[in-house]
Amino acid sequence: MTYHRQELTGPAIVTRGLTRHFTSRKQTVEAVSGLDLEIGQGELVAFLGPNGAGKSTTLRMLTTLIAPTSGSASVAGHDVVTAQRDVRRAIGFVGQGNGAGHRQLGRDELVSQGRAHGLSRADARRRAAELVEELDLTAVVDRKVSSLSGGQRRRLDIAMGLVHLPRVLFLDEPSTGLDPQNRANLQELIRRLHAETGSTVVLTTHYLEEADALAGRVIVVDHGRVIADDSAARLKSGLGDLVRLAFGSPGDSARAAARLERIPEARVEVDDTSLDLRVKDGSAMVGDLLADLAADGVPPTRVEVARPTLDDVFLDLTGRSLRETQSTTETTTGTTEIESEVAA
Amino acid sequence: MSTFVADTLNVMNRELKPVWREPMAVVFAMIQPLVFLGLFAPLLPEMADGDSALQWFVPGIVAMTALMGASFTGANLMEEMQSGSHERQLVSPLGRPALLVGRALKEVVPMLMQVAIIVAVVTPFSFDLHLGGVLVAALVLSVFSVGVGALSFALALASKGQDWMFWTVQQTLLFPTLLTAGVLLPVEGAPRWLEVVSNLNPMTYVVDAVRALFAGTFPADVVLRGVLGAGVVAAVGLVVGVRAMRRSS
Repeated sequence: MTYHRQELTGPAIVTRGLTRHFTSRKQTVEAVSGLDLEIGQGELVAFLGPNGAGKSTTLRMLTTLIAPTSGSASVAGHDVVTAQRDVRRAIGFVGQGNGAGHRQLGRDELVSQGRAHGLSRADARRRAAELVEELDLTAVVDRKVSSLSGGQRRRLDIAMGLVHLPRVLFLDEPSTGLDPQNRANLQELIRRLHAETGSTVVLTTHYLEEADALAGRVIVVDHGRVIADDSAARLKSGLGDLVRLAFGSPGDSARAAARLERIPEARVEVDDTSLDLRVKDGSAMVGDLLADLAADGVPPTRVEVARPTLDDVFLDLTGRSLRETQSTTETTTGTTEIESEVAA
Repeated sequence: MSTFVADTLNVMNRELKPVWREPMAVVFAMIQPLVFLGLFAPLLPEMADGDSALQWFVPGIVAMTALMGASFTGANLMEEMQSGSHERQLVSPLGRPALLVGRALKEVVPMLMQVAIIVAVVTPFSFDLHLGGVLVAALVLSVFSVGVGALSFALALASKGQDWMFWTVQQTLLFPTLLTAGVLLPVEGAPRWLEVVSNLNPMTYVVDAVRALFAGTFPADVVLRGVLGAGVVAAVGLVVGVRAMRRSS
């Protein structure tokens, strides 16, 4: 793809005290409270949080769909309230639903979207053809949108969000409703688009794996507030690894705990014969640790080391697991072990 | 202003794509008026002046088709509100007024196709075709359709994608509007209250004008009232519709 956009100075997104209330049944719900954010150009950012955390409301304010109750936000240098049309011209948006009309042909929708962004008919057609190639839609783009599969529609939606080479691309829960295979493909696509275009990409997700695998920066939100904002790696390393030990008797585990508590900044929890040790770089020290315990006469009967996950981060910050708050149950067998490979 | 025109044309062209691709859908959409035509027409008494009853009845059916087609059209927007393509358009640089006006203008095309079909169907029977009058009537009905279409879109937007609300209001208004406009039966000699309602219904004037024009006559006052009636519907529809679209999120 050819990308030729004006150079922009300053951050891609700035919010100051961005707040949105909703009133339902005479009760005021603060969906987003005093959000202060700065997202630089070319960043790939994921808003992570449970359903109802305020991710989508934030996105809807940034994309001019709803006005903030108070505070301000600018996207690509334009205020989302006073310069809506400029914001709309600068951004691409892939919503939770299907951007392409179900009664339309995919290619018609791409061309019409290009025209909406001011491309000439010829340019809009050329751009549509480019995107069809790029997003592997050749076989389906001349069909009625309603006949496309979920994954194909999603790719078409993303193509529609890209017709005008947006400076900032917003994706609201892009992988919700896709099967694992399509979800993996989509993540690969987003990563590739981000690398090739250098656009700022902002997405919301409640999939931990997605935020972890995809985003350079994860903004964790809960109850309308940002509770953490850093790279996934740093968020997790701040938490330390989990070393889970089992002993022959409760007495052994208590003795081991007394010893392990001497490690600086370590957190130890004992439950009957098992012991959880949360410590930075735990995987590196586990060899010495086992030797020490054995020398002390309390050799563990079982050892498990897990790198922290974003779910652990969320649990640490809120006392709740992000997985528990999700309505959809995912296959989480051996969660920590599997994620440790991905995260490492 | 030029952006508004370009945006409106863009929206209208997009809305017309399914019409051109599947013109049969336009025919299916007019099954109801055709059934009325087939079942009612044989029951009609001979007109006092010896004219064919079809001559009186067909213009009413034509106006009914225009009203029905345009009043159903909000369902398409409703579907797009539910699927997400309406939201996508709201985030695009297309102006809010263009999103409404382009959609409303599109209503003229299926309406004209339906008028052509009805006229083609009845002309072999005892119906005298006055082409000039029919064309002028089609113009009046075009303005009327744009207005009704805009109102239907406004209703869809106000219903916020709740099907039951849209259909309840649409169905509740549809038949009283048709009946008090004198589409199926003449309102002359009706009780006073019904006459008042009929006089307040702008469609009454549209139907009167269309009847005169289909008969090949051009009574200036009747035609003018028809144009005004259609114009009022269009003006109100577009104002209400654009306001609803501006509030849409």
